[in-house]
Amino acid sequence: MTELPLPGRLRAESLTLGYDGRDIISGLTLSVPDAKVTAVIGPNGCGKSTLLRGLGRLLPPRSGRVTLDGEPLAKLSTRHIATQLSVLPQTPSAPSGLTVADLVSRGRHPRQKWYQQFSGADQAVVAEALAATDLLDLADHPVEELSGGQRQRAWISMTLAQEAGILLLDEPTTYLDLAHQVEVLELVRGLNRRHGRTVVMVLHDISLAARYSDHMVAMKAGRIVAQGTPAEVVTPDLLQEVFGLAAQVVPEPTEGRPHVIPLGAGLRV
Amino acid sequence: MSTSVADRPQAAFRSVRVLRLGPVSVRFRPRGLAVGAVLLVLLVAAMAVHLAHGGTALAYPDVLRAMFGDATDAKIHLAVTEFRAPRMVAAVIAGSCLAAAGAVTQTVARNPLASPDVLGVTAGASLGAVAVLIAAGGGAAGLSGAAAVVGMPLAAFAAGVASGVAVYLLAYRGGIDSYRLVLVGLGINGFAVSLTTWLLTLGDVTSAAQALTWMMGSLNGKDWPLVAPMLGLAAGLLTAAAAGGSRLLLASLGDDTAVGLGTRIGAVRLTMLSIAVLLASVGTVVAGPLVFVALASPQIARILTGAVVPPVAASALTGAVFVLLADTAAANALALPLPVGVVTSVVGAPYLIYLILRYQRRLT
Repeated sequence: MTELPLPGRLRAESLTLGYDGRDIISGLTLSVPDAKVTAVIGPNGCGKSTLLRGLGRLLPPRSGRVTLDGEPLAKLSTRHIATQLSVLPQTPSAPSGLTVADLVSRGRHPRQKWYQQFSGADQAVVAEALAATDLLDLADHPVEELSGGQRQRAWISMTLAQEAGILLLDEPTTYLDLAHQVEVLELVRGLNRRHGRTVVMVLHDISLAARYSDHMVAMKAGRIVAQGTPAEVVTPDLLQEVFGLAAQVVPEPTEGRPHVIPLGAGLRV
Repeated sequence: MSTSVADRPQAAFRSVRVLRLGPVSVRFRPRGLAVGAVLLVLLVAAMAVHLAHGGTALAYPDVLRAMFGDATDAKIHLAVTEFRAPRMVAAVIAGSCLAAAGAVTQTVARNPLASPDVLGVTAGASLGAVAVLIAAGGGAAGLSGAAAVVGMPLAAFAAGVASGVAVYLLAYRGGIDSYRLVLVGLGINGFAVSLTTWLLTLGDVTSAAQALTWMMGSLNGKDWPLVAPMLGLAAGLLTAAAAGGSRLLLASLGDDTAVGLGTRIGAVRLTMLSIAVLLASVGTVVAGPLVFVALASPQIARILTGAVVPPVAASALTGAVFVLLADTAAANALALPLPVGVVTSVVGAPYLIYLILRYQRRLT
């Protein structure tokens, strides 16, 4: 579809991943474009979350490898990886009573020593991460008392405090209403635009993914079917092939990004 | 982040308190420290009450004089230093070790029900002790001599550790899932209890009675040869557990988040669970499988200190005070002294019911 992007810092090479004897992804190769927002889309069970877990060393490869700056993740200490790459799992949960500032402060863990539990510099970074996610006023509130969107911002804030260049987000908009979904996605895009962070996120909503990403990866049955700019990837043919969805694609009125109008999933009812 | 240091916001957070001195910075919680200090005072008071009232009531000045070596009243001196002091220390060891073990397992499993008595460790230790009693016992006096002094504690300790290892290995499938850990633990627990019951039917009456008292949890007749080595072991293990406590908070954020933050979660969990199994085994060797101490103390300490996960040190203090008071009550409640386990059950059972009801409500 388009020429392959330049080799990025984070790459998957012939990666095979799976759980309990079943391969979910086999022989996948991907180079994550640096300083861009990449959205991974695909139907349920296509392996997009599994891919993200593999990229974030939460799931060790069956075969193949994931490399960061050319080094296989398996050869790097998990602590070192945590300074370069932060991961936000799907629906994370905090123990009750944990405050926002306390949660975000844990993002400093990979850079701390036992006698250096929270330096002045740590405090400044945490305050900045809270400011970037507009949570300074809620710093001392328990996480469980926040609204869904605020809670997701608190978790993103924790990954920001890690000061890692690469941010992996697994369905960061799950369970959020539309306004909060947009709030989180604008935050993510802002982190990329203002701080140059590389972002990879798994998203369900194709139109929102097209709106807030620079690069899109469409997956089906553990393979990458297409990748490229949103306009290259989000086409009626691809939606039919990947999702089995008959749809029209129209440019949305603000930036002309592709917007999906579903026509039918082929179900006769 | 790219903003310059000058325009970085420098807000301090009420919920993240830090003491800084040069390159050293230490996080602390004012309420945790205050509650810890109060618990320490309570512990000393409970120790004193236990010494004075753990049998025929003695006057506090007499107890104090005897403790400091005054042997003018040989009877009091003997009672205090050779009978009551080791029993008091045994209560402290049992309470602190079981409670610290509970704090660790509850945090690692992210489940307030996951205490070592649920995970099969204390039941396994009982099985070991009862096996020795039944195999070597017999005769009118029950078990005595070397088998009682060395054999029973060793068997209890080894069997407790073995159960812990069995639970871990059976629950391991490329990693440890907390639900699987609890379910396998319950299975091993049931298995150990059934085997113990079966062994009881094989023994003669005296051995069975002795075994039942042990299984109830009792501090009767604990003397220095047993207590002194256990004290050293307990001190080492408690220090290790408290030192690992800060990593437990990361574990409580869930495996994926903990790994994302650079924790080697498998190694942390294995280390902390091993320490917990050893702690629970030491506690059980000293006092038998005292129920509810490991379950309730960590949660009481968590509520008192307002901490997010049960703090190890405060849990240990709470457990020690709990067992000291329970043993003092057991010695005085009725005309006949009771095993301390009776008191911990009576206090703990309503708490367990409350916990299950509350936990269930949160899930549904």
